[in-house]
Amino acid sequence: MTSLILRATARSLLPVLLLFSWIILYRGHNLPGGGFIGGLTAAAGFIIVGLSEDIEQAKRILRISPLSLMAVGLLTAALSGVIGVMTGAPFMTGIWLNTFEMPVVGTIHLGTPMLFDVGVYLAVCGFSLNTLFTLSETED
Amino acid sequence: MNANIILLPVLIPLFTAIAGLIFRSIRIQQPIGVIGGIATLWSSWQLFCDVRNVGYRVLHVGGWTPPYGITLVADHLSAIMVVIASLMACLVALYSIRDVDAMRKKLFYFPLYNFLSMAINGAFLTGDIFNLYVWFEVMLISSFVLLALGGAKPQIEGAFKYVSINLISSAMFLSGIGLLYAKVGTLNMADIAVKLNFQSHSFLINSTAILFLSAFGIKAALFPFFFWLPASYHTPPAAISAIFAGLLTKVGVYALIRSSTLFFRESFYYTQNLLLVIAGLTMVTGVLGAAAQYRVRKILSFHIISQIGYMIMGLALFTPLALAGMVFYLIHHIIVKTNLFLLSGIIEKIHGSDDLSRLGGLYRSSPGLAGLFCISAFSLGGIPPLSGFWAKFALIKAGLEIDAFWISLIALLVGLMTLFSMTKIWGEAFWKACPETAESKDIAPVTNLALMYIPATVMAVMTLYLGFFGQTVFDVAQATSAQLLDPRGYIEAVLGGGGR
Repeated sequence: MTSLILRATARSLLPVLLLFSWIILYRGHNLPGGGFIGGLTAAAGFIIVGLSEDIEQAKRILRISPLSLMAVGLLTAALSGVIGVMTGAPFMTGIWLNTFEMPVVGTIHLGTPMLFDVGVYLAVCGFSLNTLFTLSETED
Repeated sequence: MNANIILLPVLIPLFTAIAGLIFRSIRIQQPIGVIGGIATLWSSWQLFCDVRNVGYRVLHVGGWTPPYGITLVADHLSAIMVVIASLMACLVALYSIRDVDAMRKKLFYFPLYNFLSMAINGAFLTGDIFNLYVWFEVMLISSFVLLALGGAKPQIEGAFKYVSINLISSAMFLSGIGLLYAKVGTLNMADIAVKLNFQSHSFLINSTAILFLSAFGIKAALFPFFFWLPASYHTPPAAISAIFAGLLTKVGVYALIRSSTLFFRESFYYTQNLLLVIAGLTMVTGVLGAAAQYRVRKILSFHIISQIGYMIMGLALFTPLALAGMVFYLIHHIIVKTNLFLLSGIIEKIHGSDDLSRLGGLYRSSPGLAGLFCISAFSLGGIPPLSGFWAKFALIKAGLEIDAFWISLIALLVGLMTLFSMTKIWGEAFWKACPETAESKDIAPVTNLALMYIPATVMAVMTLYLGFFGQTVFDVAQATSAQLLDPRGYIEAVLGGGGR
């Protein structure tokens, strides 16, 4: 892609999109959003870089392979269910930490459903990137 | 005992698969896959022993009370199916180390295989109808990839037929669930059972019953919907088709048993005669289809269909003995059929083909293989005292007890014709002298088949055990049949108290 505008903005769009995806991920427990859509947004950031410059560049910025991202995501999601078992409750029981205040962001409430969503986020992001990287490779 | 034990047969394959995604070297994936299989087998055996003692084991996932959350339920039928599925998965994993080529292994054969095993166990254990649908989808996706892995032309063709017909089945299943949910407002299977037993004459319920019957009928390869099975099962490596042949259609049969005994028992007369006719036609078409085939795995694929007919016959007769016979048949069939596919894989490894016209002389060249094949094949044909005889005996006796003469006669004749097919394979591949073709001369002796022989031998020993000491297994089958005929225990175990 040779568009100057796209090339100039892509690099600065990536951090913005990543931040945006984390916001979506965090608010997902009670509001529209969540791991799935957050993961897609994050993947979109990398794909814009891939389109504007070069798919190799996107891979370099990602550093780890999308497949590992998928594996880690699945592992996180599965382990978030096991945490409930550790306390003697049924699998996937939600365990919440006490809320605490953080400057700028406000009240933070973390727990295993959140961790599950993080797993979904990583798995979806890894899956989309894996698919798109593979598709762009066969194009050459 | 902690109720979470019911989750282990699902969670262990999941973690094994994740481990396979993290460690991508085949050298690590192989032992992880086998160890995961053994661990799954161990956990399902624990679950089975537990269920044998207490009758039902229930887990409300996430602590959500039914009917709101997803419930996992293990009764006798589920526990038996999980044990036998884990056993097959474990043995076939061992077999795949030698059978599956390095290219497929590199493309994540073992993690996919574990995902498939997870989905099968999940489908047997779930007590939530929508969750069952989700497990069906996980199973469909992983089996589709396993089928298409490698990308040879016949494989893609088979996989395409497989996935398209199964998507239609999923759509039917989903519409059935939707209709049911609109009617009774719940997805928990025990809760559905309670609500349906108060309003059994609804037109809507019968439509759901028929949608479920069609959906599960496609999965189980029943009479009009069987064509996808012989079109796809002979294309992938033997290990993959063995696990498909042993377990995938049986998940459809399981779903059919579950829905018939739990939801639609009050209106079962509506589908009963239909099921009997379908069972007869399934048996006959399967065995006739096999007679025309000349490749070992094609013959065996058609026989899966006719065997499914026997199980459906047991379900349709719906007496205590018939249901017990059906459960015994399921156990016998899974072991024998998986083993026959494994043996056909060994034949292919030795001869490079499974075309009967090119095979021959195996009785002389590999007598061990001939012995193993003999046990499994004649058990499938129903020769006493092998396991297939007792399974057929129970079903036909149940049929004669309630004067269902036609179906019993068909079952007897189909048994005879199964024997004909098996003797055809036996005569062509084992007894006939090896045809003197150019390629058969330069067959290099294949070595290192131990990893393929061990699982096949274990299964043959189990077939013998089922034949000679079948009473212990038949006791379990009878306990299962009692539970299926009286679902109040299931409902009480899930919903607590008198089932509201």
